[in-house]
Amino acid sequence: MKKGGYLDLFLTFARIGGFTFGGGYAMLPMLQKEVVENRNWATEEELLDYYAVGQCTPGVIAVNVATFIGHKEKGILGGIVATLGVIAPSFFIILLLAAVIRNFADNVYVAHALAGIRVAVAALVANAVMKLWKKSVKDILGIAIFVLVFLLSLIFSVSPIWVVVGAIVFGLLYGRFAPSRKGGAK
Amino acid sequence: MEVFFLLFYEFFKAGLFAIGGGLATLPFLYEMADKYTWFDVSILSDMIAISESTPGPLGVNMATYAGYNCGHAAAGVPGGILGALIATLGLITPSVIIIIMVAGFLKKFQENKLVTDAFYTLRPAVTALIAVACFTIIQTAMLNIPAFQAGGGLLTLFHIPAILLFALLFIAMNVWKKIHPIVFIAVAAAAGILLQL
Repeated sequence: MKKGGYLDLFLTFARIGGFTFGGGYAMLPMLQKEVVENRNWATEEELLDYYAVGQCTPGVIAVNVATFIGHKEKGILGGIVATLGVIAPSFFIILLLAAVIRNFADNVYVAHALAGIRVAVAALVANAVMKLWKKSVKDILGIAIFVLVFLLSLIFSVSPIWVVVGAIVFGLLYGRFAPSRKGGAK
Repeated sequence: MEVFFLLFYEFFKAGLFAIGGGLATLPFLYEMADKYTWFDVSILSDMIAISESTPGPLGVNMATYAGYNCGHAAAGVPGGILGALIATLGLITPSVIIIIMVAGFLKKFQENKLVTDAFYTLRPAVTALIAVACFTIIQTAMLNIPAFQAGGGLLTLFHIPAILLFALLFIAMNVWKKIHPIVFIAVAAAAGILLQL
């Protein structure tokens, strides 16, 4: 199989989708491993950018990020292939459960396994956040933004859309009126 | 036959207007339960339980499950499979189109100063959003808030085996950085069954 071909794209995202328990953020550690470290399809910074766009565009975040990375690698068809890859495993699993085992979620072993998986996801995402912090928070301004957004989101449940819009407006104003920053965002 | 067109239309609408992740599709599913005879509200809680206990994006899981139920009611098992396919594709079509447009735009303007300025402050902000999500995940995995609120004392708040497992996994993934996340997930699932978490 050719690395970086359509089949590779599909299978990589199928692997990511098949082991993402609990929504878009739980996908982050898998993306860092498969997409950033193993295949160099995107950098950590780009992943963050995709999450930012995924937050304020419609649809499921995991799908949005898959479309983004597929599109970056292989254009429009790549975006579609990566998206189909990320949803394929859960599609077949749900189909099977809906058709055959309707009380799957009530099974006691499933419940215990899931409790364990939730702990692993918590540790994996905590680790992922530490990696992201190193790449995205580069100065006092970054720390201030992080702390402010963390508190606004945690305590006041401010919608992610407003956070993203606010950060963009602030970034544009800051770039316009404080041009002393060197090197740009890269 | 027309039920399948309706199904596509309804899930396309949900995919177009549900902003910010899987649970944002819930209000649309409640509306569908109200409007059609495909499934009722009691099945919705089953759907959420199944979606949360299987891998994959929550919104997609819900669409597949709801689509199967609806198609099954109309035309048996083949109808269910077709319904699942149509509902799932309906849900993701709007966001795929929008993201491909945005991605094309960003590719063209990624060196533009306005875009780099915007992302410079956006990245720490999004890191904070993900950190909050992480905080919530840690809370549900390791704290037993209902038992604490019921007056069980401070010790009942902490789910000690889960906290120990978290610490072990976290140390392990920082010592052996090459190990794939799938391995940790599999180990934790086994530990969950053994320790009856």
